[in-house]
Amino acid sequence: MIRFNHVSKAFAKGESALLDVSFRVAKGEFVFLTGHSGAGKTTVLKLIYGEQSPTSGDVHVLGFSLPNITAREIPRLRRRLGIVFQDFRLLEDRTAEENVAFALEVTRARPESIPSRTSRVMTQVGLASKMHAFPNELSGGEQQRVAIARALVLDPPILLADEPTGNLDERATRGVFQLLRDINAGGTAVVMATHDLNLVRQTTNRTIELRRGEVVYDSAEETAPREGLA
Amino acid sequence: MRLLFREAFLAFRRAPLLSTLSITTIAFSLFAVGLFGLVAINMRQALRGLETRVEIVAFILNGTPLETITLAADDISSFPEVFSVGYVNEDSALAQAQAELEEFRDAYRDLEVNPLPASLEIRLKEGSRDAESVSAVAERLESFGFIDDVRFGREWIERLDRLRNVAGLVGLVIGLAFAVVAVIIIGTTIRMTVLQRAREIAIMRLVGATNGFIRGPFLLEGAIKGLLGGLLSILLIYAGYRLFGRNTPMLSGLVFFETPQLLVGILFGVALGLGGSLVSVGRHLRNV
Ligand SMILES: Nc1ncnc2c1ncn2[C@@H]1O[C@H](COP(=O)(O)OP(=O)(O)OP(=O)(O)O)[C@@H](O)[C@H]1O
Ligand SMILES: [Mg+2]
Repeated sequence: MIRFNHVSKAFAKGESALLDVSFRVAKGEFVFLTGHSGAGKTTVLKLIYGEQSPTSGDVHVLGFSLPNITAREIPRLRRRLGIVFQDFRLLEDRTAEENVAFALEVTRARPESIPSRTSRVMTQVGLASKMHAFPNELSGGEQQRVAIARALVLDPPILLADEPTGNLDERATRGVFQLLRDINAGGTAVVMATHDLNLVRQTTNRTIELRRGEVVYDSAEETAPREGLA
Repeated sequence: MRLLFREAFLAFRRAPLLSTLSITTIAFSLFAVGLFGLVAINMRQALRGLETRVEIVAFILNGTPLETITLAADDISSFPEVFSVGYVNEDSALAQAQAELEEFRDAYRDLEVNPLPASLEIRLKEGSRDAESVSAVAERLESFGFIDDVRFGREWIERLDRLRNVAGLVGLVIGLAFAVVAVIIIGTTIRMTVLQRAREIAIMRLVGATNGFIRGPFLLEGAIKGLLGGLLSILLIYAGYRLFGRNTPMLSGLVFFETPQLLVGILFGVALGLGGSLVSVGRHLRNV
């Protein structure tokens, strides 16, 4: 589903954010992307959803390939990816339901299908009772659930999450993480960038660790000791 | 499609002040262009009136037989530039002079001999009243042996010509300048709307909305503003036209734009609105 093939990414100033990164993510897998701040986790995700283009090497996602992807293809790629962030990125002047429906509206979904699809995912994330609440009337954990519902409403085969629990307390973190695992159990591949090692240790999920742009550990390969996790 | 309109009108409701500003600046720009255009149109109308009086007078040598003159007149009428040729004999020249030039009436009355020569009066066709064609015709006239002198008020024609050219040029320059200003102002106001909605646009891109879809409401918004601005400007120009016409009764022959010209003006407003929003949305989408 996702394949990085000797991918490097350098920014104008010369410092490289990623250096010869190669890995694959299989269908339905749950992958943690770990590493210190500045290690390159966000850059990996941005390459997956076509926000950035590799300096060298290539990235294959769901049949699309970077850097050859055209401007026209990017929206088609993104409709097949769910993406959530640390800061939720909800529209404050719309209710939870409207925020989720927004993703359907702007991708030209059939209007009559919107209410049922919206309420289905709101139920899935456990917010069926808060459909009409505005973001500022919801807790952080609930806001992240709305964002996850929005990411899921187009039924993507892959969900990308960049520090989804970064702004949440212990309890909310556990809840959101459990939700992501449930989603993964339903067959959706999840790639989650995090530096919350407690979460990583709790599970036996695959972990890819980055350091200064290089993959220093990939549990699928079991080549190096679990540095940084010890 | 319904969503498109909803978004465009929402943009108006979200930023009523900015939207009003855009519409009035478009209206003002078109108003200035239109006002100048109206002046130019009226000037052209007035010039056309003057031009019909452009004529060439060829004085005939004393004693030329009438036959020669009639033959030559036929010849001259077949010049491509010539509209009509009239013959004025010595007597009618005198009578005309006495009638038109009151100061000389007494002087002429006492004359024993008629000092005025006969002449041919040549009027030119509408497209041939510029200085160049007039000179060309005059030159050809001079080649006739019996023609003594040709008068055509060269300077006057040239000045008329220059005036018209200057009017056209000034109109074009002012029009272009205002069009540029209008595009910049619309671009800026739409850009402010775009920035206000930057978050929304970012989310749209994230979930996979196409650039065309994102652009749509902004383009529609620009076009609607252009349309409203165009209509408003016509109202303003018409008001100005009526006001000016009423207070200066001596300019009773003023004309207003015709429907096709008004439509072109409105289309121009729409184009300005579209152009302005295209520039600012395009830039935003490229930069994010
Ligand atoms: N747009 C950019 N321009 C220049 N440098 C950038 C840009 N984006 C990222 N970088 C650099 O690339 C490196 C990797 O950044 P990245 O955001 O991928 O790290 P991260 O692992 O997500 O860090 P964090 O845990 O703090 O989110 C950093 O050194 C960063 O400064
Ligand atoms: Mg990051």
